[in-house]
Amino acid sequence: MNFDFSEDQKLLKEQVSKFLADNCSLSVVREVLEGEAFYSEDVWKGLVELGLTGTTIPEEYGGLGLGALELCVIAEELGRAAAPVPFSSSVYLGTEAIRIFGTESQKEKWLPKLAVGEIISTFALAETSSEPTEKNIKTLFSGGKVSGQKIPVADGSYADIAVVVVKDSDSDIISLAIVELNSKGVERNAVSTLDPSRDHADIIFKDADAELMDVDGEGWDAVERVLASAAVLMAFEQIGGAEASLNMAKDYALDRYAFGRQIGSYQAIKHKLADMYVKIELARSNSFYGAMMLNDEGADLKISAAASRVAATDAFNFAAQENVHTHGGIGFTWEADTQFFYRRSQVLALALGSSLTWKNKLVSQLEAKNVS
Amino acid sequence: MDFNDTKEEAEFRSEVKVWLESNAPKSLQVAARYDAIDVKEDALSRAREWQAKKAESGYAAITWPKEFGGLGGTAIQSVIYSQEESKYNVPTGFFEIGLGMCIPTMMAWATSEQNERYVKPALHGEEVWCQLFSEPAAGSDVAGVRTKAEKDGDDWIINGQKVWTSGAHFSDFGIIVVRTDPNVAKHKGLSFFFLDMKSEGIEVKPIRQISGGANFNEVFFTDVRVPDSQRLGEVGEGWKVALTTLMNERLAIGVPKSADYSSLTKAAKEIDINDEPAIKNDLVRSKIADWYIQAEGLKYTKMRTLTSLSKGETPGPESSIGKIVSAPKMQDLASFAMDLQGAAGIMNDAEIALLHSIFQSQWLSAAGYRIAGGTDEILRNIVAERVLGLPQDVRVDKSVPFNELPSGR
Repeated sequence: MNFDFSEDQKLLKEQVSKFLADNCSLSVVREVLEGEAFYSEDVWKGLVELGLTGTTIPEEYGGLGLGALELCVIAEELGRAAAPVPFSSSVYLGTEAIRIFGTESQKEKWLPKLAVGEIISTFALAETSSEPTEKNIKTLFSGGKVSGQKIPVADGSYADIAVVVVKDSDSDIISLAIVELNSKGVERNAVSTLDPSRDHADIIFKDADAELMDVDGEGWDAVERVLASAAVLMAFEQIGGAEASLNMAKDYALDRYAFGRQIGSYQAIKHKLADMYVKIELARSNSFYGAMMLNDEGADLKISAAASRVAATDAFNFAAQENVHTHGGIGFTWEADTQFFYRRSQVLALALGSSLTWKNKLVSQLEAKNVS
Repeated sequence: MDFNDTKEEAEFRSEVKVWLESNAPKSLQVAARYDAIDVKEDALSRAREWQAKKAESGYAAITWPKEFGGLGGTAIQSVIYSQEESKYNVPTGFFEIGLGMCIPTMMAWATSEQNERYVKPALHGEEVWCQLFSEPAAGSDVAGVRTKAEKDGDDWIINGQKVWTSGAHFSDFGIIVVRTDPNVAKHKGLSFFFLDMKSEGIEVKPIRQISGGANFNEVFFTDVRVPDSQRLGEVGEGWKVALTTLMNERLAIGVPKSADYSSLTKAAKEIDINDEPAIKNDLVRSKIADWYIQAEGLKYTKMRTLTSLSKGETPGPESSIGKIVSAPKMQDLASFAMDLQGAAGIMNDAEIALLHSIFQSQWLSAAGYRIAGGTDEILRNIVAERVLGLPQDVRVDKSVPFNELPSGR
């Protein structure tokens, strides 16, 4: 039985954790949240220098050639720090999409640049208030050009390239296309979101140059595949954030006195924090399996990705929300750090689609499994 | 990351497989758990037979040292044995409390002569043990026991009542925590004994549960005489001894396999909501997903624990979430499944009710699992205090003599 990360992977986790503790305190999150910058360039530069942007990129394209398990441990630490960087957009989504579905020339062109942080990528899927489906995607691809609107696009205000989910105007088939976001025909504006420490943009494409990726006529399956791996990785980020929220709540419960005793000695608080712990452990165990399936491209990847995501979303939403509540009035102020996790939890919960959508996916997978 | 055995584990597993194949009884009928009203003598004698075989091979107590008749093996070997044994229909439920809680307490506190006398017969299934802790007025607050022992020469005279005692009706011996000094604070006036369950003055009565079954007993003590030589630990330090037992209990708590998301999925295909199968309803799907992640979460938490054992490490605190999650899940899932059935949900005739009334039976018995071996609330306290390091509840009874504490009826 070896259902755990390896010693090397744990070492990597410690290394990332130490880097973030030294360079990405919550005051850095606050600077981005309150300032004009889209993200923390210093933290991003540090992550790039550690080689982390090239974690899963094969060595022939200038990356480290490691697996998904390494990305999982990195993700957890980024979540714990609420790091204001485009790692999820550029690595879990953009890089992974190109690594899996890029043509050979696209890989040669983009992966080396992504590995060394020369460019930042993102993934553009959502268009309206309705969850994206194979049917409702309206962004059209025709003759090497793309037109339509994607909103919100994470890190879309400054990313260099986007993997855009498009519909072929002739065949109505979904596909993926790479668009350079600084090119002609791309208009982008930052949109206000719940979490200003993470940029999101409204992007309008008007006959912008686009290059189709290699999805072999099964574009929606490709979208699902990209979302599945991102779901596992983001689950680890959520677990990190949830654990940070629990620790913050615990420290406060030990420090704060009311009615002559520590509030952490009241069962109303103790049981709330125990429930956070339970949800986090359920999420962690589901996500370990998701990580294993992602790393091995296992048969249970889709169902375990959905389970990881549903469990981790539940854990982080609950922990972040009850952390604010445990703090009482001070937790509701702008000056308190509770807000970073409260905001981030909701952004991560919705980034890849709602809980209801993922629960539906989970049960569909379960039904398919029972049939086969 | 994988679920595979190490080379040593695989070797041990194949040894176990070979041994079980040639020794496990094949013709056994369903190895029913005991019932306190309907004592199945032949079930007990079959269980004794199987236990004796296991004990001879060393598999009855894999982690115990060889001097006590164990195999001197590892925790993961013990798990591997259980995994393989569970594939056979062998009798269970008679010796777990004795070997899991009582005898380990004896091994820690009794004299070597006493262990010489009692460990082997227990291990071989010749003598059954039970644990006499809970009382009508001492449940979660088990240190609040009122059953008293008074010194009389070289003996102690025990009077009082214990409750929720599994297996008392077929046990030969028991371990008991009693109050020897009501004039000092609660935890300080306790002492700990082992005793012969056939002693004069002991009366065992089954308790019938909400579910109709009877898995537990009440045990009444009227002037029961126990020699002082059967005291474990010092007079007044019974709580310390009881903690040894309770630490072992935490390892033994579990809930049985029960109707889970898969049964609910099955039911949701058969039941219609608004003339469509319930499985198509988003609320139903959402609930199935919730219980799926709980079940899977526990399954993989177990794998994480086993991984620690496999590496020879002490498992992390994550194993403490098991019953907090599984017991309420049993109840909530059953309740939801009955709700889906509308008026039909109240019927529990196995011939008529959906899926042979598994949800109705589960709903009745789940209420007990949320209480047994630590209530939901006590388990949350344990996580909060021992895992998260939060302070204990304020104890208003800490420095008050036991006989001055307020009490209910």
